[in-house]
Amino acid sequence: MEFKDYYQILGVEKTATADEIKKAYRKLARKYHPDVSKVPDAEKHMKEVNEANAVLSDPEKRAAYDKLGSRFQAGQDFQPPPDWDAGFEFSGGGFSGADMGDASDFFASLFGHAGRSRRAGGYQMRGEDHHAKILIDLADAYHGATRAIILHSPREDEQGRVVLKDHTLNVRIPKGVKEGQHIRLMGQGSPGIGGGMAGDLYLEVHFSPDPRYRVEGRDVHEIVPVTPWEATLGAAIETPTPSGTVQVKVPAGSQSGRKLRLKGRGIPGDVPGDLYIVLEVVLPPADSDKARQLYETMAQDLAFNPRQKTGV
Amino acid sequence: MTQNDIVTGVLLDEIALTLEELAQACAVEPQWVVERIEAGILGDGSLHVASWRFTSNDLTRARRMRQLERDFDAVPELAALVADLLEEVDRLKVRLNAAGLPVD
Repeated sequence: MEFKDYYQILGVEKTATADEIKKAYRKLARKYHPDVSKVPDAEKHMKEVNEANAVLSDPEKRAAYDKLGSRFQAGQDFQPPPDWDAGFEFSGGGFSGADMGDASDFFASLFGHAGRSRRAGGYQMRGEDHHAKILIDLADAYHGATRAIILHSPREDEQGRVVLKDHTLNVRIPKGVKEGQHIRLMGQGSPGIGGGMAGDLYLEVHFSPDPRYRVEGRDVHEIVPVTPWEATLGAAIETPTPSGTVQVKVPAGSQSGRKLRLKGRGIPGDVPGDLYIVLEVVLPPADSDKARQLYETMAQDLAFNPRQKTGV
Repeated sequence: MTQNDIVTGVLLDEIALTLEELAQACAVEPQWVVERIEAGILGDGSLHVASWRFTSNDLTRARRMRQLERDFDAVPELAALVADLLEEVDRLKVRLNAAGLPVD
């Protein structure tokens, strides 16, 4: 485990005042805000910044960290010395509730146990809820699936210290889940204290990008390429969809961009979504004498001017 | 629990959250939620406490607001305004994406 220089992360001097720390934190919180930031790895940066702020904005934690920091440098291999925090009294785990799951090994080794082991017997508290994001394929929302996810979550060891452990969960993805929807896994958050119930884990679902499909709520849009003669003369074509291959009737006289609605073939639910097939007419290349001849025949025989309405 | 156990969760919206559950999921006191409902910036506008149930969208919104209030000392109304704008951006991104237009 590497020593983390929280002052460096916030970009402040070791002598920074509480106000300077707050200002630096806000500046970075805006820069790495997960909803708007375009910086690569913004989420990872935000976690580090949150962690640095949790320590440096708390006078007790900062004092304990400073005492330790005088002996270590950023990136240096680190194990907390025994009783490193003797004489300091922390008010809590440092992260407010739901965010403790985001803590680094370094943070958890220092502050994870604070507020837990010191509490006297008889004290009972429900464990904290955790939040994580999960990427699934669109087909998983149609059929349901089981996905293994690896969580980096704090657990208490035999000595009552909190350590971060990788924890594999096989999660059933319910059929009908939508983008941004949450799956609640009861009892999969932080363990409770003193026999209290464990917290819950909330998984926020997102679909892996798939160039074939675009999703809007429960409706799914799919671009399907067709030939000029299929579009013009009409045809029955086969096309893959998230729920399997279907036969679609292309009406005669279709143009590029025409939408065909397949009712109820979107994401399943009480009111299932629709699947929109968006036709895209693709022209065959004139890459042979025969093909070129066919285009020339059309040019001569068809009185067709697509720009007629523009007056030319 | 062994590695092979499969955990089954519930989809929020099929099961909605109670006031206490929403507060717990956002690491706030229930009073924090109540104040924002009474101010009309969270929930569906109902002031009938017994019928309060919260959806997936409420959870996302409440967590965003809590984060904005905490990070920037934002007053609740300002955090709600930012959350409104972020929700609008989300909606527009989905529509752009459905129309086949690049978001960035």
